[in-house]
Amino acid sequence: MKSNQEITAGSRTYLRVSFKAIRPWMKPKIVVGGVFVFLLCFMGVFAPILAPFDPNAQDLLKTLQAPGWWAGEHFLGTDHVGRDILSRIFFGARISLVIALTVVLISGLVGVALGAISGYFAGLYDFIIQKLVEVVWAFPPLLLAIAVVAFFGQGLGILIVALVLQRWIPYCRVSRGQALGLRSRDFVYAARCLGASNTRIIGVHILPNLMQATLVIGTFAMADAIIAEASLSFLGLGVPPEIPTWGSMLADGRTYISTSWWLALFPGLCIFFTVLGINMLGDGMRDIFDPRLKRSGSGTG
Amino acid sequence: MFKYLTRRIIGTIPVVVLISLLVFMLVQLAPGDPADILLSEEATPEDIAAARERWGLNEPVYIQYWRFLVSAVQGDLGTSFRYADPVLTMIADRLPATIELAFFAILLAIIIGVPLGVWAGARPNSWVDNIGSFFGFFGISMPSFWFGIMLILVVSGFLNLLPSAGRETYGLAGDPITGFYILDSILTRDWAAAIDGLKYLILPAIALGTNMLGILMRVTRSSVMEVMNEDFVRTARSKGLGERVILWKHVVRNALIPIITVVGLELGTLLSGSIIVETVFAWPGSGSLLIEAINSRDYPLITGTVLSYTLMFVLINLTIDLLYASIDPRIRFEK
Repeated sequence: MKSNQEITAGSRTYLRVSFKAIRPWMKPKIVVGGVFVFLLCFMGVFAPILAPFDPNAQDLLKTLQAPGWWAGEHFLGTDHVGRDILSRIFFGARISLVIALTVVLISGLVGVALGAISGYFAGLYDFIIQKLVEVVWAFPPLLLAIAVVAFFGQGLGILIVALVLQRWIPYCRVSRGQALGLRSRDFVYAARCLGASNTRIIGVHILPNLMQATLVIGTFAMADAIIAEASLSFLGLGVPPEIPTWGSMLADGRTYISTSWWLALFPGLCIFFTVLGINMLGDGMRDIFDPRLKRSGSGTG
Repeated sequence: MFKYLTRRIIGTIPVVVLISLLVFMLVQLAPGDPADILLSEEATPEDIAAARERWGLNEPVYIQYWRFLVSAVQGDLGTSFRYADPVLTMIADRLPATIELAFFAILLAIIIGVPLGVWAGARPNSWVDNIGSFFGFFGISMPSFWFGIMLILVVSGFLNLLPSAGRETYGLAGDPITGFYILDSILTRDWAAAIDGLKYLILPAIALGTNMLGILMRVTRSSVMEVMNEDFVRTARSKGLGERVILWKHVVRNALIPIITVVGLELGTLLSGSIIVETVFAWPGSGSLLIEAINSRDYPLITGTVLSYTLMFVLINLTIDLLYASIDPRIRFEK
């Protein structure tokens, strides 16, 4: 039977080991970024519980009320039709989160798949996919999305398609580059000698090796998607007006900027801190995973 | 160099053709009949039938595309149906404003971003670096449209220092020569108008340039840090050169190439950013023209603007590539 002391000593070693494992993650960038991202997720997931009012409930007797803080009824004030700004911010977080995650996931899947195929098979596939990349990438970012929404009309689905249309490209480029390098590595030869099919080689040997880079790109892509969604909503080209989003709140706020600053200030702060948090998190992750990636793609829209 | 130049220019042609195909397909794939979409809402069925005939919409798609391509090459992008003016002239009228804004935004980003990055990169992890990195994060995370609104709120609203919308005080500028108001005013030695133009330009340029400033700062920093570790820097140090000479003569020169590349890459983001910033500041450029066109469902104007924006971006990229090759001879001999 172990003595008490031994058990404490044992668990202490265990603690030390696990601390070592998380120590590279305990950087200010990652912790601060993580807190912001956590807040976004928390606000988005629990919006119905947190929100004191219905985000779309209008109260025309209480329009453009200044923030009441703890004393008033409306913590962050009301907008031009008397909707509670705090509630709209919570629900806006939800939309930002849903759109950004969907866009990042779909574009990641498409981009990594095409990139892996392009790099692994090379030849004709590579040529076709790379021409496609070149053409789509020739559009200034956001312009293609603006054009798609302009022609196909507003809607959540259209918006996501419009954003994915260009955002798979960074994944594709990086995955292709890595797959090109991986295809001539020994373990891929070995798998081929053992009779593995191309599908199996890509699935089992190539894709897992693309994951780290994909994760880093995905983090930055998330920030980019949030800004892009907000920009489109700001221009009135995002989701339909009955869905509260930070971008459309800003567009409303712009109209009343000279009299009611709170309409534009709070949703903008939310976008800024969310994007800042994601960027910090991504930057920290890149430092840990692959210092070589340092110079590729850190921009946002 | 000539060989590289021709190869790059010829390589651009298929991309341009495919871009036009994509824009053409947008109209084709949009829900509804193109004639229906391209005509205003008051059109009668007879009008639509006539328009289908006139625009050759009864022809096979590939012939339609060929016509679209040929007329686009000849500079005919169609006619706006809100203003009944040729799309190309409308864009050409608005383009100088956009270029003027973009130019000053880039200038701002370079003047502040690069020295800040050099400063931070030369002393990694010092307080200078920390402040610089904060600015970098601030720049890349700041949504330009919100920053613009806040600038209007504080600088124009509370402080009442600068105008918040438009390009000039009405009636102050003379007749346009180039369409670039500030350049025009300088050419005609109308200093009052030049200062007036600058006043209108400052806020939009800050809003548009901040994002690029952040990116430039970060790239410059990491580029300088990388070059600082090179052997020739150690050599320069060992022969007793001063730190300042080493930094500005040896390091910055070698760190410039990635910086130029990033300026080129970010021009696209800047172009699409200008669409939004122009809307915020009611800047009469081609970006706000696009948004006006979308709001009034002026489809020929939308396709025209999208196409010209994209071509502009392709041309910029080509220029940057060529510039890049002339700076770094190794690029020319790749492939």
